[in-house]
Amino acid sequence: MSEPATPESSADADEAASDAEATGRTATDEEAAARRHEAATRVPGTGANAVVAALEAAGVETAFGVQGGAIMPVYDALSASTVEHITMAHEQGAVHAADAYGVVRGEPGVCMATSGPGATNLVTGIADASMDSDAMLALTGQVPSDMVGSDAFQETDTVGVTAPITKHNYFASDSDEVGRTVGEAFALANTGRPGPTLVDLPKDVSFGETDRPVGEPTPPKRSVPTPEADEEQVEAAARAIERAERPLCLFGGGVIKGDATGEARAFAREFGIPVVTTMPGIGSFPEDDDLCLSWAGMHGTGYANMAITHTDCLIAIGTRFDDRLTGGVDTFAPEAEVVHVEIDPAEVSKNVHADYPVIGDAATVIDQLDAAIGYGDAPDPAEWREQCAAWREEYPMDYAIDTDAPVRPEFVVEAFDAATDDDAYVTTGVGQHQMWAAQYWTYREPRTFVSSHGLGTMGYGLPAAIGARVAADDDRQVISFEGDGSFLMTIQELSVAVRENLDVTVVVLNNEYIGMVRQWQDAFFEGNHMASDYDWMPEFDTLAEAFGAKGFRIDDYDDVEEAVEGALAYDGPSVVDAHVDPEANVYPMVASGAANGQFALAEDQL
Amino acid sequence: MSREAERGEASEPTGSDGDTRDATREQASDDPTPDGGSTHPAESPLAERARPADGETPTTGLSGPRPEDRPHPTGRRDEHGVRKEPDEGPEPARRATVSALVEDEPGVLARAAGLFRRRQFNIESLTVGPTTVEGHSRITLVVEETEAGIDQAKKQLAKLTPVIAVGELSDDAVAAELVLLKVRGQEPDKVHAITSMYDGRTLDAGPRTITVQITGDENQIDDAVDAFDQFGIIEMARTGQTALERGDSPTTPGEEPGHSAASTEDDEFTNYDD
Repeated sequence: MSEPATPESSADADEAASDAEATGRTATDEEAAARRHEAATRVPGTGANAVVAALEAAGVETAFGVQGGAIMPVYDALSASTVEHITMAHEQGAVHAADAYGVVRGEPGVCMATSGPGATNLVTGIADASMDSDAMLALTGQVPSDMVGSDAFQETDTVGVTAPITKHNYFASDSDEVGRTVGEAFALANTGRPGPTLVDLPKDVSFGETDRPVGEPTPPKRSVPTPEADEEQVEAAARAIERAERPLCLFGGGVIKGDATGEARAFAREFGIPVVTTMPGIGSFPEDDDLCLSWAGMHGTGYANMAITHTDCLIAIGTRFDDRLTGGVDTFAPEAEVVHVEIDPAEVSKNVHADYPVIGDAATVIDQLDAAIGYGDAPDPAEWREQCAAWREEYPMDYAIDTDAPVRPEFVVEAFDAATDDDAYVTTGVGQHQMWAAQYWTYREPRTFVSSHGLGTMGYGLPAAIGARVAADDDRQVISFEGDGSFLMTIQELSVAVRENLDVTVVVLNNEYIGMVRQWQDAFFEGNHMASDYDWMPEFDTLAEAFGAKGFRIDDYDDVEEAVEGALAYDGPSVVDAHVDPEANVYPMVASGAANGQFALAEDQL
Repeated sequence: MSREAERGEASEPTGSDGDTRDATREQASDDPTPDGGSTHPAESPLAERARPADGETPTTGLSGPRPEDRPHPTGRRDEHGVRKEPDEGPEPARRATVSALVEDEPGVLARAAGLFRRRQFNIESLTVGPTTVEGHSRITLVVEETEAGIDQAKKQLAKLTPVIAVGELSDDAVAAELVLLKVRGQEPDKVHAITSMYDGRTLDAGPRTITVQITGDENQIDDAVDAFDQFGIIEMARTGQTALERGDSPTTPGEEPGHSAASTEDDEFTNYDD
């Protein structure tokens, strides 16, 4: 901060810090609290300083962004801040990095951009965060207030453009209020159902003088939901679970975002209820646990889709029943009474009718349900578990290897999984490689699968890996799976990984196609490969070296081990250009709108 | 071979045989470090799979009964995800009047209107105006949707941050709208008579045109428009319905009769919650 801290608040901070030192681990917590308090109570001087003070008061450690005209005053103030700024090559890189940072940390990631093109370049990533309920704060510069509406240079109606894809957005019109607004936007992003928020900062408001401290970040009062569910709802849901013969837990992203994995795991294990997850719910339950049937939906496992089709009581927690999960709603879990535990009432009975809605915080409600299920009334669906196990045998996730043929992409995924720690983070782009990374990697911990789910944003993987790397503890590995088409969309961010010397491994499952489109063209467009043939791809390993990263290449099975070990051993960004079977397809597959239980195992079954 | 089997130390390539799968699964869980560390000895599963013996095809790919050979429940859901009998028809739409108390801040009407547009709710009319509380406005919407659609519309509206409370008005709520009609002025006496019949007012009368104002509920306005049609309606402007709950009942939940600005801070002022 350019504005010096007041002597009083510095003294407070020092005192708190020295008190805390004696107690070991809490020392850093108390120091951090003292720093936040200092920022909240400091006289900012200018609107831009107030913005930065609000970030510090919220405990923000890192922001991702790109400089530009209208945001310059804020960047100027940021230079003296404890907030570390990571310049990205493109605003889309900044917003995805912030998104992934937030996913890994469980707190809002922060991204910054200037007005006009800076702001519009954020739009894809804000929409991505909105679809996946990822907490994020975007700060955008804006032309001076008196020029707004005049089609000034680099002016875009950012609040108008982002209104449908933010939880809420703000146009800061007053230097005295701007700090408080930024604090509110940050707090709102992670209140109740998380989501992105945005504050648009006109240049004159950033330059304007203010002596009003920003205060603690506080969400709007009405936006704070009650964690406990209504007891009547809980009791009704508990009775439904007790009488179920074929109960099934469906854990969505809300289980992870609500930090409810401990409660959710204990609940399923206590009653012996099999578990399927959604894709955002991957990691909420360990996939190597016998109760876990992995994830259901379009490219989910056959056994998960059989279980979800035949359950008579679906205990759905923190999910919005996306169409990629449900397939055709008419045939979705057609015999199931649906218990829907949700923090957002608007998601209840939106896509699938909830027979037993339970509105509240996932962790709190699971504990309530657990307490409400009577001793002796608890289900013990042993036969149903056996049936699920039988489906697991009947529809194994598997692929054929022919050593004379090109390398199977699934094999590359499994090779990296085998060579990395159980708690490694995986980020992905979007397409076939994303599905293989989801299918053939065994996830055990929450927040380890960082992907673009709802929006399906190609190019998410590399910037997300940068965000995850910055957010994660140093001893945890970060692997990014990308496709050739997907990687090329944000490959410029490799320069940032090199500049920051970030230890990330990008694995390009390179099939020289925009593969998912090619697969659909083969299945539904008579093999007409219009605009999906990507035989014009660069050599990614060589390109990586040009950026200053380490490049590896896989052409056949003999190359796999060396590339895996070399890339993981390299302390810095590495790129493995894995030339995989260009004809490999993602199966099982539930065709759009089809019944989950009718998943195809090969193209001729579609 | 399965991915679990792949982690088993001693697993042999045996195809997707179920028994082997179980056995290797147990082995994998007994192994204290199934895949920890970043380096692998030459005899590791990775090395083994990376260099399968010549001519060997260790795995067969996905397998299992074809879709048509699998059991499938006969039940179905309707378009709202409600379980139903196979011969039940679609749910009928109905009209509902929804009142939203909102913070009077820039863009709040655009947020509400944008929400209805992007979620494809059928909206018949929308009016907005101040309330007795400074800083609050009331938006009155008439929507035509199925029961589930009306429920969604209310819940989505309540989620908007500047929305204070949302309520659906009951059937006996008082509702009114206003229409301005500019008709040809050749028969002023007859125009005046019909205006009186509908308790309207004449706002402007000239040699060529007469402009009248009629207020009433939707049916009365429809009737009046039909009645004036005989003169030839040149222009028409209609406000859409605005409404309040009858008697002591609050129009939106938590809204108290004649409350002051201070009472809006009450906890009773909560979002719509079904």
